[in-house]
Amino acid sequence: MTDLLYWLQGPVPETEPPTAEMPPWGETKVVGKPVPRVDAYERVSGSAVYPLDFALPDMLHAAILRSPHAHARVKAIDTSAAEKMPGVRAILTAFSPGADVPWYRSRGRFYSKLFDERVRHEGDEVAAVAAETRAQAFDALKAIRVEYEEFAFVLDPRESLAPDAPLVHDGGNRYGEPARYERGDLAAGFAAADAVVEATYSTACEIHAPMEVHGSVAKWDGNRLTIWDSTQGVFVVQQMVAGALKLPLANVRVIGHYMGGGFGSKLEAGKYTVIAALLAKTTARPVKLFLTREEVFLNAGNRPANTMKVKIGAKKDGALTAIEFSSIGSGGAYPNGADTSFLATDLYTCPNVAAVDENVAINAGRARAMRAPGFPQGAWALEQAMDELALKLGMDPVALRLANVPKVSQRRGNLPYTSTGLAECLRDGAKAFGWETTRAAKKDDGPIRKGYGVAAGMWGYGGGPPARVVVKLFADGSVNVNAGAADIGTGTKTVMAQTVAEELGVPLEKIRIEHADTGTTQYSGPSGGSKTVPSDMPAARAAAVEVRTKLLAGAAEELKVPAAELKLEGADVVSTKDPAKKLAVTEVPALQRNQVIVGVGTRGPNVEGKVISMFAAHFAEVEVNVRTGEVSVTKLVAAQDSARVMNRLTFECQVQGGLVMGLGLGRTEERVLDRQTGKMVNANWHDYKIPTALDVPVAQEVLSAELVDTECNTAGAKGVGEPATIPTAAAIANAVRDAVGLRVHDSPITPPKLAALLAAAGKKG
Amino acid sequence: MADGKDDRNDLDTNGGVSRRGFLGSVVPAAVGVAVAREALSAPAAAPAVAELPAGEPAKLTLVVNGRTHKVLVEPRDTLLSVLREKLGLTGTKPGCERGECGACTVLIDGVARYSCLTLALEADGKKVTTVEGLMEGEELGPVQKAFVEEDAFQCGYCTPGQVMAAEGLLRENPEPGLDEIRHGMSGNLCRCGAYAHIFKAVDKAARFRKER
Repeated sequence: MTDLLYWLQGPVPETEPPTAEMPPWGETKVVGKPVPRVDAYERVSGSAVYPLDFALPDMLHAAILRSPHAHARVKAIDTSAAEKMPGVRAILTAFSPGADVPWYRSRGRFYSKLFDERVRHEGDEVAAVAAETRAQAFDALKAIRVEYEEFAFVLDPRESLAPDAPLVHDGGNRYGEPARYERGDLAAGFAAADAVVEATYSTACEIHAPMEVHGSVAKWDGNRLTIWDSTQGVFVVQQMVAGALKLPLANVRVIGHYMGGGFGSKLEAGKYTVIAALLAKTTARPVKLFLTREEVFLNAGNRPANTMKVKIGAKKDGALTAIEFSSIGSGGAYPNGADTSFLATDLYTCPNVAAVDENVAINAGRARAMRAPGFPQGAWALEQAMDELALKLGMDPVALRLANVPKVSQRRGNLPYTSTGLAECLRDGAKAFGWETTRAAKKDDGPIRKGYGVAAGMWGYGGGPPARVVVKLFADGSVNVNAGAADIGTGTKTVMAQTVAEELGVPLEKIRIEHADTGTTQYSGPSGGSKTVPSDMPAARAAAVEVRTKLLAGAAEELKVPAAELKLEGADVVSTKDPAKKLAVTEVPALQRNQVIVGVGTRGPNVEGKVISMFAAHFAEVEVNVRTGEVSVTKLVAAQDSARVMNRLTFECQVQGGLVMGLGLGRTEERVLDRQTGKMVNANWHDYKIPTALDVPVAQEVLSAELVDTECNTAGAKGVGEPATIPTAAAIANAVRDAVGLRVHDSPITPPKLAALLAAAGKKG
Repeated sequence: MADGKDDRNDLDTNGGVSRRGFLGSVVPAAVGVAVAREALSAPAAAPAVAELPAGEPAKLTLVVNGRTHKVLVEPRDTLLSVLREKLGLTGTKPGCERGECGACTVLIDGVARYSCLTLALEADGKKVTTVEGLMEGEELGPVQKAFVEEDAFQCGYCTPGQVMAAEGLLRENPEPGLDEIRHGMSGNLCRCGAYAHIFKAVDKAARFRKER
C-alpha cells in the first residue's frame, strides 16, 4: 500500500499532457502570500461538519469487539445474550453470511479477513454490533462470549526470525525477501577511509493518533452506497470498498470534506468502513461506526519500530568513502512498509554504499505510512552517525554535511535534481540559529547543560500525475473549483484557491472549493507523501488558465481585437495596446450566453531525466538536567527547501507541526508492549505522550530556501509536509550528545534512559 | 432482533456500566490529566448525582449559550454527549472521552472544563458556553478571529477546544504573559503541532478582547 501511494521509485503513471501551456510564475500577487485559510471560518466557528459529527435520520451506531490476546484462534462465539439486549439490531462475526471478506492485501495475496478466526494482535477484529445508541452497542459487546485458544506470540522484530519464534503467518515471518541496494565497492571504500564510525540505533514505535478518531458513516440506497469517511483519500476508500463488496466504483460514493488529521493513518479504507457498510446492509439502516481512542492506538496504524546498524567511513577532509546500513523493522501483524535505508543511500555523495532492509511480522498492530514513512527513522540513525563521524574527524558537523552535498540522486540512476537546496538549508539554518557563536560560547558547569545539534534530511518524492481539477467561472465573475483532494489540515483548499486567484484575478472571497467527493469531484490521489501541492496545484493552474483563455477569446470577439492582445486585469478584460478597449468579465457574451465558462486542467508528466526531492536541515538547542536526565528542547530552527512556498502562513504552521512531531519521536513517543501478555500498556494519551504546549520550544524558527525551480512542476512548488519532520529527532539527539557527551542510541530520549547513562558514565551532577 | 419489542427510543441501560463503574473508570484518568487551571482540578459535584438510580432517565435543565434546554438523560451521559447528540451542538469535539486531550473543552459558569469528564447531570442548572456560543450572530468572536489570523490550527479538529480553553484563560486572566498562555493551553493537545501559532493567537485574542 505504501509503495503504491508514495511512488518513491519506479515509473510515474501514464498521464494526459497538460491542457495549457504555462510559463513559470514570476512575481506573484496571491500565491505565496500569508493569507488565512479559505475554510478558517468553518474550522473556528464549529460549523464544519467533520465525519464524526455527521448524523442521518434513523441512523444506528456500531462498535467492534476486538481480540484481547496478541495471538489466538477464535474457537467459538456466543452472541445469543448480546442479541437480546436493548437496542441491538445486528451482530457480525466471522461466521455471518456476507462477512467473509478478504483483507490486508500485499504482494498479490490477502493476509487476513474482515473477521479472521485467527487473531494476530491485540485489537484484531472479532465481531461488530449495530444498535440504536452507541452506549447500547458497547453494552452488547460486553455480552458477547468468545472462546479463544491462545498461541505463543512474538513482539520484537529482532526476535521474529529466530528459529523458535512463533509464526505470525503460516510460511514464515518475513514480508518478502530483504531489500538490498549496492553501489561501488564497500570494502575498498572503508579501506580508503581515514576515520570510520559504527553503531546501532533504534527508534520506538510511534502511533499517529490524529485528533479525530477513524471511522465512517454508511448508507445504502438500494445497491448504491454512500460513505462519509474521515480520510486522506476518498478515491482510495472508494476503490477498497468497491473491491471488498464487489460493487461498481460508480455505486460507491465517498465523501470526506473535513477530517481531523491523519498523518498517513487515513490513506486507506479501514475494516471499520466495510463493517459499517455490511451492518447498514443487514439492518437496512444507516450505520455510524467510529473507533474509540484506545482502538486508534491498537489498530489504526503506527510508525514501526526500527533497529538500524550504520557504518560510515570518510577521508580527513570529510569526503565520505563508504556507508553500510542495515535495518530491521516490522509492518506489524499484517504487511506494511518498514524500510528505512533510503536516506543512507541518497542524502550524501558517497561512491560505495550497501544497504539492506528487512521487514518481518510480529504480533502487534499493523503499521500504516506515518509522515515520511521510514525517513525520520533513517535520519535518526544516519544523522547521529554523521555527528559521531564529525567528532572523530574533528570537523564542524555542518561543515561535514556541506562537504558531501549531492548534485545527483545516486540512488536513482545518478539523475540530477530539479533543485537541490541542502547546502542553502544548512548555511541559512546555521546562520539563523547562531550555530558558530552559540557553540563557541558554551559553558559546561552546573546541573543544567546546554547543547546544540544539527541534522539534515530529504524526501524523495515530489508528486506527479494523475490529477485533474475543474474550474468554473460563473456569470457574476465568481468561481467554483472542483477537485478530489482531501484537505488534511495542510491548507490544500487555500493554496488551490490562491492558485486559481493568481490566474483569474478573482478575490479569494469569491472562490468556493468543492472537494473530496468521489461522486461529484475530479479524481485525485490521496493527500499523503507531501504530494498534494506538487500534484494537484499544476492541474488547478491549468484549469484556471483554460478558463482565462476561453474568456479572452470571448472578449476578443466582442472587442474585435486578437485574443493575444488581451489580458485579464481584475474584473476587466483589457487590451494591452489600447487601454480604452476593455470589457468587464461579466459582460463577455460567451459567459453570459452559457452562464458559465469551464476549464479542465490536468497534471502533465514529471520532467524526464531529472529527480524531484525536497531537502531540510534542522537545528536544535537543548538543556539537559544532569541530575534528572530531563531534556528540555529550548530552540528549534527548520530550514526547508520546498522551492516555491505557496502560502507563507500555512507553510510556517506546517513546518512547526513537523518539528513538534519530530520532537515527539525524539523525546516522548513510544508504544509499550507488555512482553508477558502481548498487550499495549499505554494505549491512551495519558501514558503515550505526544508533545503538549509545555513541551515545545517557544523559540521555533522556520526558514525557506525559496529556490526557483521551474522544472519540478508548473506551480514551482515541491511540497513540505514530510521533510518538515524528518531530521528533527536526530538534531535533538545530537544536541543531547553535545550537552552531556553521551549518546542515546534508542528513541525516545526519556529521563530514566538518559539518567541511567549519566549514572553509568559517572556524569550525574 | 433482540427481544422483539420496539425499544428504539428507550433509555434502558440493562447490562450497561453502572454509574459507580463509570466514575471509577474516569477518576484515575482525571487525576492524571495535566490540569492547566485550578478550576479544572476542582472536584466535581458528585453528591447530587449519587441520589439517582442507574438506568432511570433523569430530567436535566441546561442553559447552553444563553438558551434553556430541558432534556431527559441517562445518568451515565456526559455533558459532551448531550451537547452533541441531544442538542446538535457538534462544535464541541470528542478526542479521547477520558480527559486527556481537551478537544471537548467548554465553559461551565465561565470556567473551562472538559465536557467528556463532566456528567451531564453535574451541569444541571449551570451556564454552559460552547464554541458556537462565542459567535456574535454570523460573526466570529475575538478569540476565533485571532485563531484565523494567526493560522493557529491545521486540521482544525482540536480548535473548538483550543478556542474555549483560550476563552476560559482570558476570562480569568485578560492579559496573560507567554508563560501563562503556555500553561493555560497545556490541557489541550494539538497533534498537528500548531502550538507556536496558538500562543500567538491567544496573545492577539487578549488584545482583540481589550479593544472591544
